[in-house]
Amino acid sequence: MDSTTPQVAHSTSGLPPDQRITSDLLRPLMQTSWRFYLLVAVFGGIVLTALVAWMSQITRGFGITGIRWPVYWGFYVTSFVFWIGISHAGTLISAILRLVNAGWRRPVTRCAEVITVFALMIGAMFPIIHLGRPWLAFWLFPYPSERMIWPNFRSPLVWDFFAINTYLTGSVLFLFLPMIPDFAVVRDKSTGVRQRIYRVLALGWRGTPKQWHRLETAMQIMAIAIIPVAVSVHTIVSFDFSMAPVPMWQSTIFGPYFVAGAIFSGIAALLIAMAVLRRFLHLEHYLHPVHFENLGKLLLMMALLWGYFVFNERLVTYYGNKPAEMAVFWRTQRESFAPLYWTMVICNFALPLVLMGIRRFRTITGCVIASCGVVIGMWLERFLIIVPSLGHKYLPYSYGIYRPQPVEILIAGATFAAMTLLYVLFAKFVPIISIWELKAGEHVPATLIPPATEEHPLGELHL
Amino acid sequence: MKAIYGLYPDGQAAQQAVNRLRAAGFADREITVLSPQPMEDYEFGQRDKATWMWWIACGGGVVGMATAFGLTWLTETSWPINVGGLPIVAWWPNLIILFELTMLGAIVATVATLAVTARLGRSGGLYDPAVSDGKILVGIEHPPDAAISDLETALGAVRHALVKTI
Repeated sequence: MDSTTPQVAHSTSGLPPDQRITSDLLRPLMQTSWRFYLLVAVFGGIVLTALVAWMSQITRGFGITGIRWPVYWGFYVTSFVFWIGISHAGTLISAILRLVNAGWRRPVTRCAEVITVFALMIGAMFPIIHLGRPWLAFWLFPYPSERMIWPNFRSPLVWDFFAINTYLTGSVLFLFLPMIPDFAVVRDKSTGVRQRIYRVLALGWRGTPKQWHRLETAMQIMAIAIIPVAVSVHTIVSFDFSMAPVPMWQSTIFGPYFVAGAIFSGIAALLIAMAVLRRFLHLEHYLHPVHFENLGKLLLMMALLWGYFVFNERLVTYYGNKPAEMAVFWRTQRESFAPLYWTMVICNFALPLVLMGIRRFRTITGCVIASCGVVIGMWLERFLIIVPSLGHKYLPYSYGIYRPQPVEILIAGATFAAMTLLYVLFAKFVPIISIWELKAGEHVPATLIPPATEEHPLGELHL
Repeated sequence: MKAIYGLYPDGQAAQQAVNRLRAAGFADREITVLSPQPMEDYEFGQRDKATWMWWIACGGGVVGMATAFGLTWLTETSWPINVGGLPIVAWWPNLIILFELTMLGAIVATVATLAVTARLGRSGGLYDPAVSDGKILVGIEHPPDAAISDLETALGAVRHALVKTI
């Protein structure tokens, strides 16, 4: 079958649009296959193993990790920055698409917003995992301690606390609000305990014009508020680095560089999630090739922007020619970290440029391959920002190497399993595509429907 | 009788039903309309559009900013610590806290306004699960006994109407 043809592989295609949408999107909630239990068991097992590893780190001490002087930030802070970056997939992209009223956003937004919430939760765990005594994490919170000293508002770590919590709160609400009408649908379609649970979650939603207007106004305000918050979050994460006198960290470009990288990795994560959902939940009728193509174009644009920032950062450092910075520069360009650096360049720039730049390759498979490359490349980018600089500061006494140990590799790797597990569970209990928004898209007046074109045979889908 | 209502397959039929109820002498505030998605292409979907939510969100932002100002200024002056030669009340870093709490205030105020004005969390009121199947409900809650036959006629006169009483 041609890759641009919508594939309907289920028996609901004969129903009226409203009922078909409801039936298709509630199917994963109402029916449970053995695959669900298998996925939960496998990924749950990996997460449990990582928890045991963390317990082991707490009881045996940080000595079992590779984190030691002078490289105190290794896999954990790399993962922290990486997951906060991935979180930019959802709320930011969804908010922008909502504000510009892009019709094709409808099946995409919730898939994206979920990534934000879970990625933020995972990312926010790493500062705690990175503590030798995690039970003292509350010292970071703004409260007067027993010595009557408040947290220092001039510390970027306190800024992180405020930024991440604001973004997490906003993102959870941004995700939850449009789910309320869908909870009402599940309430009406289910029985017994399930109905009682969804009745509580639906908050008495009925669907009066007033409720719809208030919900849409709230979503508009939230979208406007959440975009600068999302930008601020990764800018502030970049401040964790750029406020420190470490070679190649004190750069004015770090804020936008981190934000661009975050959006870049976020789009890649979204594309992978959409492809997996489309394949395993049989959502071919809703997640069309054109959605992947549009997001693929965004991925291409972000790859170019990322390349521009890297070029800027490198060229300015090269012309500055400061000994300490040049030492780090050459470590990444042609010495010990060069294999990782050039892998990063290939994954983040060359691969998406070829696969997303040439239209023939901008298929679902092409998008997934490019996105996997970007996810790997962006993790490497975070690692290469942190470790080479910390291991080679200004004076020889502060030179050192970092060798990640199994406990760190396991915990960092298990976060991918945790993300998958959370996503699988979410898709099991909540419609992964917004039912009411999709139905609203089906009711667009005929004059607004663009005609199909040779290039886009899906014009009839109100895109 | 608690309510009489009709279920309609599309917005056009629902609009006709609303028009007939108005013609029968019912005011807009007495007519209940429930739909499975926003129906802004129809006149009945434009009801109750005016809202103060934007202003309340701005107010929430101001409250958030004032809270951030108080938190940073009061604590820095009450427990002054010299950090790298920065001023005790250092405005550049404080602006970050001010920004985050301003936005948080606006977001929380928006959600609170939604919950109150959309009457979220309150059960009761006319409802039919058929709305989830794509039907649009138009009806009158607690109709006067004298008007029931007129209502049945008005609601049932529209094509594909399914009239119910509860």
